[in-house]
Amino acid sequence: MTFIPKPKVRHPSLPRNALGLTRRDYEGVLSTLCAGCGHDSITAALTEAIWGLSLEPQNIAKLSGIGCSSKTTAYFVSGAHGFNSVHGRMPSIAMGASAANRNLAYVGVSGDGDTLSIGLGQFCHAIRRNLNMLYVIENNGVYGLTKGQFSASADIGSRAKKGEENQQPPIDPVLLAMSLGASFVARSFSGDKAQLVPLLQAGLRHRGFALIDVLSPCVTFNDHEGSTKSYAYTREHYEPAVNADFVPFEREIVADYAEGETHPVVMHDGSRILLRKFAKDYDPTDRVAASGYIQERLRQGEYLTGLLYIDETQREFHEVNGTPDAPLNGLHLPALSPGSMGLEKILSRYR
Amino acid sequence: MPPTDTSHPDYYHRVVDCQWACPAHTDVPEYIRLIAQGRFTDAYMVNRATNVFPGILGRVCDRPCEPACRRSRVEDKPVAICRLKRVAADHKDDYSAQLPKIPATKNGKHVACVGAGPASLTVANDLLPLGYRVTIFEQFGEPGGLMRTNIPSFRLPQSVLDEEIGTIVAMGADLKLNHPVKSMKELLGRGGFDAVFVGSGAPKGKELNLPGRQEGAANIFIGIDWLESVAFEHVKQIGREVLIIGVGNTAMDCCRTSLRLGAKHVKVMARKPRQFFKASAWELDDAEEESVEIIVNRAPKHFVIENGRLTGMQFDVMEYEFDARGRIVAERVTGEEFFAADDVILAIGQENAFPWIERDLGIEFDKWSVPKVDETTFESSRPGVFFGGDAAFGPKNIIWSVEHGHQAAISIHRHCQGEAVTERLAPGVNLQSRKMGMHEWSYSNDYNPVERRLMPHVSLKERFKKLNIEVELGFTAEQAAAEVQRCLNCDIQTVFEAKLCIECDACIDICPTDCLTITADGEEAELRTRLRAPAKNLDQPLYVSAPLVQTGRVMVKDEDLCVHCGLCAERCPTAAWDMQKSYVAWPHAEDQPPKCQPSLPKIA
Repeated sequence: MTFIPKPKVRHPSLPRNALGLTRRDYEGVLSTLCAGCGHDSITAALTEAIWGLSLEPQNIAKLSGIGCSSKTTAYFVSGAHGFNSVHGRMPSIAMGASAANRNLAYVGVSGDGDTLSIGLGQFCHAIRRNLNMLYVIENNGVYGLTKGQFSASADIGSRAKKGEENQQPPIDPVLLAMSLGASFVARSFSGDKAQLVPLLQAGLRHRGFALIDVLSPCVTFNDHEGSTKSYAYTREHYEPAVNADFVPFEREIVADYAEGETHPVVMHDGSRILLRKFAKDYDPTDRVAASGYIQERLRQGEYLTGLLYIDETQREFHEVNGTPDAPLNGLHLPALSPGSMGLEKILSRYR
Repeated sequence: MPPTDTSHPDYYHRVVDCQWACPAHTDVPEYIRLIAQGRFTDAYMVNRATNVFPGILGRVCDRPCEPACRRSRVEDKPVAICRLKRVAADHKDDYSAQLPKIPATKNGKHVACVGAGPASLTVANDLLPLGYRVTIFEQFGEPGGLMRTNIPSFRLPQSVLDEEIGTIVAMGADLKLNHPVKSMKELLGRGGFDAVFVGSGAPKGKELNLPGRQEGAANIFIGIDWLESVAFEHVKQIGREVLIIGVGNTAMDCCRTSLRLGAKHVKVMARKPRQFFKASAWELDDAEEESVEIIVNRAPKHFVIENGRLTGMQFDVMEYEFDARGRIVAERVTGEEFFAADDVILAIGQENAFPWIERDLGIEFDKWSVPKVDETTFESSRPGVFFGGDAAFGPKNIIWSVEHGHQAAISIHRHCQGEAVTERLAPGVNLQSRKMGMHEWSYSNDYNPVERRLMPHVSLKERFKKLNIEVELGFTAEQAAAEVQRCLNCDIQTVFEAKLCIECDACIDICPTDCLTITADGEEAELRTRLRAPAKNLDQPLYVSAPLVQTGRVMVKDEDLCVHCGLCAERCPTAAWDMQKSYVAWPHAEDQPPKCQPSLPKIA
């Protein structure tokens, strides 16, 4: 880490978004993570993505659990709401917050430990409910905050810094989420912002649970030879399957795409994701075929990346439950509380 | 693009914009840091090593460094470099022990300098420590050249001139005052001189031959001659209404001097609009603060004489058309206007003039009677005769004269040692890491948003009471302490080692001014469009690394707006970035070895 804060000076001709803000206005406090941590890159990508969507900071809620990853919500968009929950319990807090106020953009940041070990149950149920949030896993395969033990996402045969070899099979959050019926599943790499930023933007605009598993090397405990989550290993075994360009509703498609090469997915707000497939047979809208292909590539030691599965038709939590459109704090008291007379009426139904 | 060759001595030199822009290549950030530490004498000596006259230049330098200053691109105002130079000069202690030792045994070579201005004095300064005898011939009773005769004492006190010139004279220069050289033939024929340096300046003010010039001669003056007469107290007053023709720095000195000699209304008449003025912005400001009126778009037509006496001047009123780049494409006269005046001062330029150099000595002149002088060696077409300062290429400024003096001294040294003057030691750059330990860098890398400090002035009531009241008071301790923090330490270079980089993006994410990008290589024009922030300043180079190990992409740094905060190095997990102080070795006479390697071609 560093103790020297980033000075407030900025490039005088930085681009501004629709709100007139530069990406510097979306930064957070000084990161206390190790220099070179993949998580800091993801933080920068989130800053860039949120700036690019011109989200108003006060309309964003950042949620996290415990771990290196969970510290990072402090490092972007200082003006947003934030909640650091108990270890692995971030989905519950997000659930409650979303139930109370559906109008905020929920950004959950978690790690492989927080999500795949202590919080696995919570994670699964948030997916099942199709909670409307962006859920980012900063996945480095180790418990960095407790000095680098293997996590549940460590690959068999991956070596720790001191040499011991992991023997237990990994939990792959992408395959898990697809089997649970997730509506937006992506994998990316902290070292590839060109891929990650549009994915984050699409995830933020997706209505429902958007999971992005981001391989994020731990520069201190898992960036050595023998590690399967180092910068070098990830770059060697990282295979973009689908390129996703996110085009917000407000913007025309200007890029020149050849016919048949791209497959547009229209999102509920009119935004589009332009999918460009690198693997000819891959279909990111076919859950069964897609997960088969991902497993096939995993067996050959390749991480398939990009927007791996998307379904814009699936109903999210609020639609399923028929909740009111307005946030609960915007409703009149009589609508929220039936009163003693009303309660009596309800109870009498069960007598 | 090919990977940037940072081993070329120009590369890191150019990053230090102020030092690159300074004709003498003064190590500006280094002396500003020394001032910040309160080491004023050391700061003075860093200056003196290259610009020789820090006290003088700290007041009246043309400051090519300041428009170049990176701070003016990050914010809008450059670091007050010149003012800080004066801080060093004002607060220094005795530095005699740090001056070069003058050998008791001379080397047997004797050099003559014509004119005791900054160029000749620099030649003496460089050659005396090497054992040369240097004789300086000066026409006036005091040394200093135009620094003394043309710069008014309310801008440059005589005491400052006397001290800094005195230092060089005390090194053993044989200063012959009231010795105008009337004949080069005679000087060369006298024998005994191994080399002659002509530093006689550009002492001839331009004339304006319009109707009425002869009749009004008693009240029409040539600016530089008039300033000289004021400096030597031959002129002590001027009329109530004064017109200055021309709007260069000499015009500014003339108008402000007039106010101190009794003028009540002074107008500076400019032929063109303000953006074409030759005077430095700060000199215009200082004149206008003193209620000098600057009138644009008036072209002199004729002098108006009534009853044999000048009463004013008639001007054409001009109108101009500009193209998209602001250049004048058409002009026309829209009318005439009369301006009353008791006296008119002409300040429309000056030239070098050599009536005293016979044309049959092998010293060639071109058709404008300007001597043919080599731009690197400063040697004329006659071996052993050198020119420098305004005498060489026409009027420039003091700091250029100093650099000419340094370069001519190298040539004289080589000439006297029987070596080719064209073979000169090439400049070099040394780098030294500034990392002290974890999160510790041995320079102040914190960006301080403080604004440029303003020079305090003597009140408008007080300053006109005497001619030699210095208007600028110098920075206070608080001002100096704030201003030094504005320097971005551009000499603490970001040095990149491509083979160490793991492409984690940490430096890119932390860079406050978005200078860095890792991307696929490409041609420069196209590459500039793919960087994190617009790289539109084509005067500033891109640094492009060798291909990176993991992906073969390249690290690109746009040097334009780097604030040298060092966070890239601070955040780098593999120390691929380091912050290293660059020392530009700009050779002087004392550095010259007998044989030299040829210089590298200039960087593109």
